[in-house]
Amino acid sequence: MAATTKHSGAVKEPLIHITRRSSMAPWKGILIRAAAVVIAFLLSSVLAYLLIGADPANFLKKFFEGIFGVNAMSANLRLWKLAKDTAILLLIGLALTPAFRMRFWNIGAEGQVLISALAAVAVVIYLGDKIPKEYNWLLLLLMLVASLIAGVIWAVIPAIFKALWNANETLFTLMMNYVATYFVAYCLVKWTPDGSSVLGELPKGHLPELGNSYVLLILVTLASTVFMFVYLYYSQPGYEISVVGESQRTARYIGVNVKKVIVRTMVLSGVLCGLAGFMMVAALDHSVTVTSVGGRGFTAIIVAWLAKFNPFIMILTALLLAFLNQGAGQIATKFGVSFAFPNVVIGIVLFFVIGCEFFIRYKLHFRKRTPAADADNGKGGASL
Amino acid sequence: MKFLDFLLNALAIGITFLYGSTGEIITEKAGHLNLGIPGIMGVGAACGCAALNVLCSTGTVPPALIVILGILAALAGGALMGLLYSFLAVTLRSNQNVTGLAMTIFGIGLTKFVFNRIQQTSVDGVKYLIAKKYFRFPFAWSTTSLQYLGVMVFLGIAVAIVSSIILSRTRVGLHLRAVGESPATADAAGINVTRYKYVATIIGSAIAALGGLFYVMDYSGSPEAYLSVEAMGWLSVALVIFSLWRPYLSIIGSFAFGALFILGSFLPSFGLSVDVATSNLVKTLPYVVTIIVLIITSIRNRRENQPPASLGVSYFREDR
Repeated sequence: MAATTKHSGAVKEPLIHITRRSSMAPWKGILIRAAAVVIAFLLSSVLAYLLIGADPANFLKKFFEGIFGVNAMSANLRLWKLAKDTAILLLIGLALTPAFRMRFWNIGAEGQVLISALAAVAVVIYLGDKIPKEYNWLLLLLMLVASLIAGVIWAVIPAIFKALWNANETLFTLMMNYVATYFVAYCLVKWTPDGSSVLGELPKGHLPELGNSYVLLILVTLASTVFMFVYLYYSQPGYEISVVGESQRTARYIGVNVKKVIVRTMVLSGVLCGLAGFMMVAALDHSVTVTSVGGRGFTAIIVAWLAKFNPFIMILTALLLAFLNQGAGQIATKFGVSFAFPNVVIGIVLFFVIGCEFFIRYKLHFRKRTPAADADNGKGGASL
Repeated sequence: MKFLDFLLNALAIGITFLYGSTGEIITEKAGHLNLGIPGIMGVGAACGCAALNVLCSTGTVPPALIVILGILAALAGGALMGLLYSFLAVTLRSNQNVTGLAMTIFGIGLTKFVFNRIQQTSVDGVKYLIAKKYFRFPFAWSTTSLQYLGVMVFLGIAVAIVSSIILSRTRVGLHLRAVGESPATADAAGINVTRYKYVATIIGSAIAALGGLFYVMDYSGSPEAYLSVEAMGWLSVALVIFSLWRPYLSIIGSFAFGALFILGSFLPSFGLSVDVATSNLVKTLPYVVTIIVLIITSIRNRRENQPPASLGVSYFREDR
């Protein structure tokens, strides 16, 4: 590493000198990121060839078949599935965004969404029979309220301890995920008379379908995206979030109540996680299991980060991750390998996308070849 | 007797967390919160078991060599993952949380893929589990929980003690802690920050990887164990907080974690009848206890019980 090269003799230019870029043309940034995705994708196809013997052309063909289907009917089905997966990832990502802009590393979306889904299911189980069928809207409303409250509780506990005593929120929210998981396992055993923990599809508390069961979810997610954009960029609380994220000292100096902002922002985070949990139960699954969220709480962190916490760009990053997951999932099915294979591909793409940020933020200056430097090199590695 | 059984079992499962947390402590002392530990433990298990699967199916390799090569394979897998993390987080200065999570997504995906392949290709059962009896030297003959006390249990405790001594009693440890507390100061004092960060992360990852191998192949000894290695990884990260960033405390902590972790399944044998539902609630104990420790240490706010000051912050010399 150039930045840490030690000099024992005369001062010598390091081979590579790194400086921070002040700015970069947006199109260049987009080009670098696109190149990273493409390179990662090609590397994945090479890896697939080495690991499972899928030749690259077939890899690409099967990958895109996973997304666009083989005929009009399967295309319809698969594209809707892609839209649904994108919407869920985006919704959870949106929930995390305000906290992240404040540099509050909430990695507990997994638990926050799961506990909200559990709350919605609990309402159906305990109140489903007491509410007549024609009052389905009331049941749904109660489910929504329960989900939001559960999400807020799970999100605000770490926030309060962060605000009051600066307890590390990354580790706190991480622990809360597992408390949620085992609490769901506890409830599932309680609710299934045979102790099988398989709840099955709930008969009540279904949201009305607009065309198909995904449309409402997509509309809710889009509305949340617009709301979050306006909240973050054009509102007083959104501004305060940015200030706290940049510097807590500055925030205090200009009279922002940092503790209040932390708690308020995490309440908002919890509300959106609650909404995601509610939508998963009422619109999609009509049930809950310990793996209902299935790692999407973690993937959503990456969705939010890749988009630099901009809600509209998050549509693209959520689409990218859902796209990779679905395409690589098809590869796994067609070549009879583990269903974990998509995560290998996603991991490789993430490494490249994370790594390429370096070239957007920093600039490399290579040592110019000068006669003096050449003479210096001639002395051998002594000066290194 | 039941109680002794419980204690030995707790000690054994605790060793999984001990490897993971010792590795993570070393990494965090260099200022890097490596959330890729679950993935690294998985890859360690995958590399170790893939090597053992080959070694055991030949039937000509002496047991001692099998044990050594299995451990080396896991170490190598962990070190490679550590190198990848270091390149991204140290050289390319990427966000540590995101890099770590990507490592876990990739690592766990790779782990499941590799074990799935091992199972697909071995028609008459997986071979790596044969190695279990070699790893459980010298108590492999025992039919009680004494059998868990194998080579890797002692190695784990030794690694934690040695790490503790190096961190708190040697110059290298002092430099490492300086890098984690204030890299700019360490840099000014002539410490090679990048080298320390790289070496600490790679060694830490290699140690954590052993935890994955131990859990999958030795402790549980079931062909399905690889599916739960991720949860073990997160518990190891939790244990770091629990043991206040000190490897010698994490020996006690790992034992306590192990006891809490298996308490649910042992309650019936202590004469306490618990249903399946309640035993799930008991499983939240390690996490709840960690949260409580986290809260207490933040309220007391004593400097020696805090995470390294620059944990999670990338160091760029010219930012000063």
